[in-house]
Amino acid sequence: MTLNDDRTEAPVPRSMSDEIIIRMEGVQKWFGDFQALKDVNLEVRKGERIVVCGPSGSGKSTLIRCINQLEQHQQGRIVVNGIELGAGARHLDAVRREVGMVFQSFNLFPHLTVLQNCMLAPLKVRGMAKDEAKAIAMKYLQRVRIPEQADKFPGQLSGGQQQRVAIARALCMNPKIMLFDEPTSALDPEMVKEVLDTMISLAQDGMTMLCVTHEMGFAKSVADRVIFMDRGEIVEQNTPEEFFSNPRSERTKLFLSQILSH
Amino acid sequence: MIRSFSINEFYFLLSAVQWTLALSAIAFLGGAIAGLLIALGRTSPIKPVRLAATGYIQVFQGTPLLMQLFLVFFGATVLGIDMNPWAAAALGLTLNASAFLGEIWRGCIQSVPRGQWEAASALGLRYPGLMRYVILPQAVKVALPPTVGYLVQLIKGTSLAAIIGFTELTRAGQIVNNATFQPFLVFSIVAALYFVLCWPLSLLAARLEARYAAPGR
Repeated sequence: MTLNDDRTEAPVPRSMSDEIIIRMEGVQKWFGDFQALKDVNLEVRKGERIVVCGPSGSGKSTLIRCINQLEQHQQGRIVVNGIELGAGARHLDAVRREVGMVFQSFNLFPHLTVLQNCMLAPLKVRGMAKDEAKAIAMKYLQRVRIPEQADKFPGQLSGGQQQRVAIARALCMNPKIMLFDEPTSALDPEMVKEVLDTMISLAQDGMTMLCVTHEMGFAKSVADRVIFMDRGEIVEQNTPEEFFSNPRSERTKLFLSQILSH
Repeated sequence: MIRSFSINEFYFLLSAVQWTLALSAIAFLGGAIAGLLIALGRTSPIKPVRLAATGYIQVFQGTPLLMQLFLVFFGATVLGIDMNPWAAAALGLTLNASAFLGEIWRGCIQSVPRGQWEAASALGLRYPGLMRYVILPQAVKVALPPTVGYLVQLIKGTSLAAIIGFTELTRAGQIVNNATFQPFLVFSIVAALYFVLCWPLSLLAARLEARYAAPGR
């Protein structure tokens, strides 16, 4: 962490409510013999910003992918926005409409323009009229500050621009929760900031966010809570101040020493 | 009476090309429609559908096309259906083409990166919309060169319809040869006519492949 990093200077104000929007109880997940999640219990309040970190293979991506069921948990309960997951396709559709996701590799649709990428789900999932979908798409492209790229194809944009489009595309569904799966890990260093700035501005608007990231500056300035995972378990969770200055478990200390040492 | 090979015999062969083309077109269109269903079945999230599509492909890829034509032609008679060689050839080739196109297109569908399926699912698109708006448009680009390549195979495959008595190019060649007894000349001309049909398609397939194999995919 350097002093001139402007991300740390103005902590984002807390905007949590007491309402629980995600509840995970005793969640277990296996890939074959490998146990990816071990008895995970987690409650997320509306408006809460959570950063999930941990070594690779620790289950952090699996954790957030269970929330919109890109991975199915095998035991335990997951309730999102009052809807229990695993209770049928209709419940799954309802949850996915409320949960946006941003991927490490952007996953924009290469055969569609930026605008069409943003309009697809509002048109085909929400059943919006074309004008309305376009207005919403342009609103969020403005929001991520690339409205002028609307008619380009994803392949014509830089990585940072693509990831901002991916954020806009998710926002067009007007989700209550946003999941970020290592959103800056595939970016060239000079593009990390533009994506983090977009995420910070989203946090300022009170979005409920779960971010798997190793951007510890982002965690310090934005997160209400940092969760550390290792070998499929939540090892430690705390406010960023406590988490970074006073880590309790040995595994956390080792992890922090590895990522903050240079 | 032995006739000599004249321009009239040549015209007869040339006019048989239209039946080869008609049979190819029907088998290709029918095979494409059924093949799409087979490809979707092979990549279906529902296991029994996947197994059924796999079985279908294995039966048609694991037996000779000629046997399939025989079974359709003579099988129809056994079932008491009066099927002429034209209909039998069209049906047999359609079934065969659907299995091969189905398997080609399965590979193309599965070549679309997993992240595309995940992003579409995460946006709330269900299977039909996900396929129609996200996966198939990308799979089509990959599918174009091998599909044109397969069309060449199909055109040549229609020659087997001669054996069940459908008068296309090869059968026309046999008829002319029976009258002229100049097999080398006659079948050279027949082969040349097939080549004229197939060669431009092979060139097209190669060009499409070069175009869509461009970086960025």
